[in-house]
Amino acid sequence: MAGTYDRPEYFTNRECSWLSFNERVLGEARDKSLPLLERLKFLSITASNLDEFFMIRVASLKDMVHAKYTKKDIAGLTPQEQLDMIGQRAHELVHQQYVTYNRSLLPAAKQSGIEIVTQHEALTPEQAEFVDQYFEESVYPVLTPMALDSSRPFPLIRNKTLNIGALISKKGEKSKNEFATVQVPSVLPRIVRIPDKDGKKCIMLLEEVIERNIDKLFLNYDVVCAHPYRIMRNADLTIDEDEAADLLKEIQKQLKKRQWGEVIRLEIEDKMDPKLLKILKKELNVKEEDIYKINGPLDLTFLMKLYGAEGMDEYRDKTYHPQMVPGMNEEEDIFTQIRRKDIFLHHPYMTFEPVVQFVRQAAVDPDVLAIKQTLYRVSGNSPIVAALALAAENGKQVSVLVELKARFDEENNINWAKMLEKAGCHVIYGLHGLKTHSKITLVVRREEDGIRRYVHLGTGNYNDSTAKLYTDCGILTCSEPVGEDATAVFNMLSGYSEPKNWNRLSLAPIWLRSRFSQLIQRETDHARAGRPAHIIAKMNSLCDKEIIDLLYEASAAGVKIDLIIRGICCLKVGIPKVSENITVRSIVGTFLEHARIFYFQNGGDEEYYMASADWMPRNLDKRVEILFPVEDPDIQAEVRHILDIQLEDNVKAHVLQPDGTYEKIDRRGKVLLNCHEYFCREAVSRAKHEDNPVQSRVFVPMEG
Amino acid sequence: MAVKMFASISVGSFETEMKIFEFTARKGMREIDRVSTRLDLGIDVYKTRRISTGKTEELCQVLKDFKRIMEEYRVEDYKICATSAFRESRNMVVLLDYIEKQTGLAIEVLSNSEQRFLDYKAIASVTTEFESIIQGATAIVDLGGSSMQISLFDKDKLITTQNIRIGNVSTREKLLPYEKNRMHFAKMVTELLNHEFAGFNKLYQKDRQIKNLIVVGGSLRDLMKQYETANKKIISVSREQFLEIYEKAVCMTPDEVTSCFDISSENTLVIVPSAIYCKCMIENFGVETMWFPGFSLSDGIAYDYGEKQKLTRCNHDFEEDIIASARSISKRYKCSQAHVRNLEEIALTVFDRMKKVHGLTRRDRLLLQISVILHNCGKFISLENVSECAYNIIMATEIIGLSHMEREMVAYTVKFNTSPFPDYEEFDMDAGADPDVYMRVAKLTAILRLVNALDRTHQQKCSDVTVVLKENELRITAATRQDLTLEANTFAEKAGFFEEVFHVHPVFRQKKTY
Repeated sequence: MAGTYDRPEYFTNRECSWLSFNERVLGEARDKSLPLLERLKFLSITASNLDEFFMIRVASLKDMVHAKYTKKDIAGLTPQEQLDMIGQRAHELVHQQYVTYNRSLLPAAKQSGIEIVTQHEALTPEQAEFVDQYFEESVYPVLTPMALDSSRPFPLIRNKTLNIGALISKKGEKSKNEFATVQVPSVLPRIVRIPDKDGKKCIMLLEEVIERNIDKLFLNYDVVCAHPYRIMRNADLTIDEDEAADLLKEIQKQLKKRQWGEVIRLEIEDKMDPKLLKILKKELNVKEEDIYKINGPLDLTFLMKLYGAEGMDEYRDKTYHPQMVPGMNEEEDIFTQIRRKDIFLHHPYMTFEPVVQFVRQAAVDPDVLAIKQTLYRVSGNSPIVAALALAAENGKQVSVLVELKARFDEENNINWAKMLEKAGCHVIYGLHGLKTHSKITLVVRREEDGIRRYVHLGTGNYNDSTAKLYTDCGILTCSEPVGEDATAVFNMLSGYSEPKNWNRLSLAPIWLRSRFSQLIQRETDHARAGRPAHIIAKMNSLCDKEIIDLLYEASAAGVKIDLIIRGICCLKVGIPKVSENITVRSIVGTFLEHARIFYFQNGGDEEYYMASADWMPRNLDKRVEILFPVEDPDIQAEVRHILDIQLEDNVKAHVLQPDGTYEKIDRRGKVLLNCHEYFCREAVSRAKHEDNPVQSRVFVPMEG
Repeated sequence: MAVKMFASISVGSFETEMKIFEFTARKGMREIDRVSTRLDLGIDVYKTRRISTGKTEELCQVLKDFKRIMEEYRVEDYKICATSAFRESRNMVVLLDYIEKQTGLAIEVLSNSEQRFLDYKAIASVTTEFESIIQGATAIVDLGGSSMQISLFDKDKLITTQNIRIGNVSTREKLLPYEKNRMHFAKMVTELLNHEFAGFNKLYQKDRQIKNLIVVGGSLRDLMKQYETANKKIISVSREQFLEIYEKAVCMTPDEVTSCFDISSENTLVIVPSAIYCKCMIENFGVETMWFPGFSLSDGIAYDYGEKQKLTRCNHDFEEDIIASARSISKRYKCSQAHVRNLEEIALTVFDRMKKVHGLTRRDRLLLQISVILHNCGKFISLENVSECAYNIIMATEIIGLSHMEREMVAYTVKFNTSPFPDYEEFDMDAGADPDVYMRVAKLTAILRLVNALDRTHQQKCSDVTVVLKENELRITAATRQDLTLEANTFAEKAGFFEEVFHVHPVFRQKKTY
């Protein structure tokens, strides 16, 4: 079968698909039915997404072009062709961002009583006085203006920092312009609250405050012009593990290097003086197509701060509080509850607390012998990390695999790792050549009738903060076969040989790919034999060619395939005789869809799985990932329910069209279903329902 | 808590493994954890007869890590056994001392027959499956790095075990440089083995067909993974199924084997030679079904521990196996079985009556029984120098289940049955003399000598014997009306040594029955 679907036109380029995803997020910012601050938040997300995209994807494509690498991707594009395509679409996306900001969000904000003063000329005298005083007292002391002349070379402009470039001339020497630059200090808040005007809350951006007072920085000069600019550097962090004797040191070294990469994007204010731009272009060595002229404030990520500002709750969605997990209680210890029945967790609708409690109670439980956990990204001040340290101090054997290679989190992770080591934990700093992405915790407990193992397996990181925003699933179980496998996982992570066999879990990078292939092929076989065959798969991204080939083959054989893919999807739908039976939908909403769930009809003997892995080559080949089955029939029903509701969503779902675009569902005549809201409501009502048995102990006298 | 945690560690030729077991009254023996790491001690030993300093340090590190894991499970007891790599290294004693000082863990080096017996116990630990297999003619073959061990069963009793000094690692090392292609390699190995197996067949097989072959080691179980069934611990494969996989694998490089059969690359080097061995055995022995249990030495160690500590119930009587294999040796050297049976009965009765006096263990009783079974084998070679010949035969024959020292004890007991018992200063053993061992040999010898006198004529005149210990007198009464003059006289001769050893005066009486 291999090769049958080996045609570029059967695939979408992954960067192209990613840009579509960011457009969908931008679509949320443009959705007038959402509260103002929510829309600002989505706009901010598109900006930070785009930053990361440039730093990683665009940067590595640039590297490929520099290396004269011309191999085409699955969609038949060379790296240069991809860069050209990205350039065009990214410019368009940025344009859309600012159209949204200027035409839609700024007026809406004004209507809601918030004014973002974009021109310092528009300040009232009272405001102007405030701004100038703020500058004198708080801003001026931390500014470091730098000029460029024959004795001073062009200064290092740091990655992602906001700067103001200026042309200045010595007083009385109007003809000779010099270049000067000053970084907008990152230690001060970008948003400056200034006195109200006409009952409206007014804010101004820090760079405006500086621009207004820029002449105070260059006292013996005239400022000819001053404009903000921002650069993005190549930040794709590649660690050569074969050469690094000490991984830890190498990453610390790389972190320092990150500021120095090649400039791959220059954002400037669109009104920037051509002379000033020419200097920047030359000194930063930027090509014309990598310059983004922007009509509005640079770096929209500041909007997230506005979203988080106190008050103004009426312009935000009501904060959702994660609910108690149905069936769980706070009186019994968690191990008793797990022994009674496997526990299913669906975050953020259900609280992450059981996972924290799992580790916390294990840390103090006298019968617990050992706790083992993989940590990929943890929150600042993580209660889990604190509990692990406590456990080690309590004499438990604590083994933690801290993945140092988690992108952009290295620094954070190194700190935790050192702290845990000090507390007496056995810390493993990742594996040679592999990222450990699996999310697994094992608690070994010595009980009356012998050793019992408790395992948490999840689709999301052990991060109590993101667990309020990311939708993830997890299972707490003390099933013996799973416990045995979990032990084997940690033995492998500790460098011991692989186990003789696996009971339930499938691990990447060795077994997972073939497991998925088998599962998909089995559906194909069922379809060919005339049995009903159905796959539902939910994940973040799908761009693995081998898997897509198998899905095409399955679809061609008659398997019904419903994919729920939030981000990148390189698969195309509706190709005659290839993917006619495949649907793809992307849900973008309040929460970040993050769970990976897989359903296979298997000729009626249905199977459900969850995993830490997407269907991406990096997940299947370069990472340690875990696929685990959902075996408890009640939990299977819950998982099915989640999939069903997501497939029925007609508010936040975008459906992939044969032409590669995503469209929202035509809702005319349909009951609106927003899956995020639905799950929130359901979790609240279920948690309430749980209280009923307690309430029923109160006698209710009948009246009348 | 009625839970006992036990760790068994096996230090093999290319893998060091630890298993953690839990013994509970309710669930019996349960494997909790297994960690293993590749550590190539064998190559060092094959090449230089020594384990290098570097490898020793690596082993210490591994054992320290294992110790940490033992602490994690609060293991109460452990046993570390080393096999051929240690056994054959000349610096063994130095190594053992160094490792113990470094890690605080004492390693026991198993003799070949002990090691095989533990392997065998591991297989037998899944009682029901095992008992049903060995009902037919069965052999267990254990494929090791430098040798292979074949153990034969007759009905459900183990009868012989032989070591053939050809192993999967050593063949590979030796023949690989000469191979022209993969098939040529297979051909060379086959030629080498056919000769060995022909010899084995002639000596032990007498054209019997071995229908069942239980294969241990060589990572072949991994190769047969596709035939795994959920409820069986032992994979069974028909001759045809095996040959089909063999044909596929024999031409493959280790890397191809890894990817084609999903086997850890650590194990694939030895798979092809091991598979060739099995194919040769199929052809030479007429094997119909092959069995691949997934057990390792660590399982055997734990099972043995559980059995000795009475933590597990066990249906198979392993002592019977040891006795059966001793008996088959005795038959092979044409000992009179009637004489042996007669003496066994009396010797064991004497042993049991003397319990309070001699303070020996159940294990010594077994050694006594084996000594009796083998006491006459020297005559097979020479009627003149019986004791020396018997000693040499026993020392050159593997008795499964006995350690090297125990075998030597048996050999000495048999030797001193007819030759003078030495003073402690003259007593010399392979493992070094030890007063305790000396005394045990002396006591066994004393009993054997005394009892042997009772069938001086090999006519089993004393078949109805009662033994009574009264104060300082051991009264042995034979009920018979035959003439016992010769027996009584010999008895009197042997009584001196007996009395010297036990301070008990043996008295022989005849009770005439009519």
